[in-house]
Amino acid sequence: MIKTDILIIGAGPTGLFTVFEAGLLKLRCHLIDALPQPGGQCSEIYPKKPIYDIPAYPEILAGELTEKLLEQCKQFQPGFTLGERADTIDAQEDGTFIVTTNRGTKHQAPVVAIAGGLGSFEPRKPPIPDIANFEDKGVEYMIREPEVYRDKNVVIAGGGDSALDWSIFLTDVAKSVTLIHRRNEFRGALDSVDKVQELKNEGKITLITPAEVKGIIGNDHVTGVEVHQSGEAPFVLETDHFIPLFGLAPKLGPIANWGLEIEKNAIKVNNALDYQTNIPGIYAIGDVNTYPGKLKLILCGFHEATLMCQSAYKRIHPDKKYVMKYTTVGGVQGFDGTKKEAPKAVVKKIE
Amino acid sequence: MSDITITITDREGTTHEIQAPTDMAMNLMEVVRSFELAEEGTIGVCGGMAMCASCQCYIRSGHELPEMSPDEDLMLAEAFYVEDNSRLGCQIPITPDLDGLEVELAPES
Repeated sequence: MIKTDILIIGAGPTGLFTVFEAGLLKLRCHLIDALPQPGGQCSEIYPKKPIYDIPAYPEILAGELTEKLLEQCKQFQPGFTLGERADTIDAQEDGTFIVTTNRGTKHQAPVVAIAGGLGSFEPRKPPIPDIANFEDKGVEYMIREPEVYRDKNVVIAGGGDSALDWSIFLTDVAKSVTLIHRRNEFRGALDSVDKVQELKNEGKITLITPAEVKGIIGNDHVTGVEVHQSGEAPFVLETDHFIPLFGLAPKLGPIANWGLEIEKNAIKVNNALDYQTNIPGIYAIGDVNTYPGKLKLILCGFHEATLMCQSAYKRIHPDKKYVMKYTTVGGVQGFDGTKKEAPKAVVKKIE
Repeated sequence: MSDITITITDREGTTHEIQAPTDMAMNLMEVVRSFELAEEGTIGVCGGMAMCASCQCYIRSGHELPEMSPDEDLMLAEAFYVEDNSRLGCQIPITPDLDGLEVELAPES
């Protein structure tokens, strides 16, 4: 069981800044995110795109913002459960909550802050008839265990980085790799496109473009896919695995069943006070919440995180007196023993 | 500034005739959101960067639209339910010459 003061669901910019604000109050944080890396949308969808409305940054790349937020909060030693989705929440008699992920990891905290953005990122599933019946029977939407594909025939569909990168990687593992894409052009990084070209020339990757998989063949396991190539009659390609890699899309997912008040795919909160939900002790901050006048902006998430932490402090330490201290005055004392503080003024007499 | 009339068929098949402003630097995805014709969180997920295809729509009228950028073209190459008349709403700015435009929202995916 992982125990912490504030359990943050979602490691995007709002969740990461929460670690900093909580740390100033000497509260420890642990973050859960379905993605394998922190940053949320900023690292998953648009790391190379600029943002212009972060205060004091005339321009900053989304990926860079993530790095700076991690740097800013690192002395507060946040814990991470990455690549796992928060699935269930159970209120305990002592007022704490236990949150369990899809992989069974359990976390306990007196305060839960949902900073889940638009939800957890799930693979986009192509609308191919019967595809659901073949899930984990030869159809996989993400590659968890590359060894599964050793000496197997693999068909990958998609035109982005993950389709290209996994095609390249699996040439060393699988018996055969076929990449199918609806265009001759690929959206992925140039290096990867060049590498696939090279592997194609060496005969290590079979490229079928412009084409689309429109059917899956097999009884209790995939044995082939039906390929529709532009200008050709549809044909069946024998394969052991079909891996559609069409990127990820956020879905509110299991959080929708936590008993929270939901409106327009977002969690209703009290914005007059502390961004608490209808369940005391559970807060929602950043893009995942809604209230009159809500704006889904990173800078609004920062503000909401800051106020939420004050309320969390009072919940965790109901009897303690507390006044907010400016970091310039109080400095920043990390849990790792580091200390940042304003330099002391030098006093020197004039003789 | 003048508004233009756009006919939008939502994902449930209901058709709406709406007045869209041409002086607000809006795009078609934003118009759909401002009139709440698709559920919040299911359209414009990437915010309008041609990086998610959640605003895919089918153009039903013969209007001449701005040419597709490579970004939009390649995003549509990975989208689902794509037809010859598919476009990403976020890449279509609302301009006076789009008066009378007819579009249908593609299914959520």
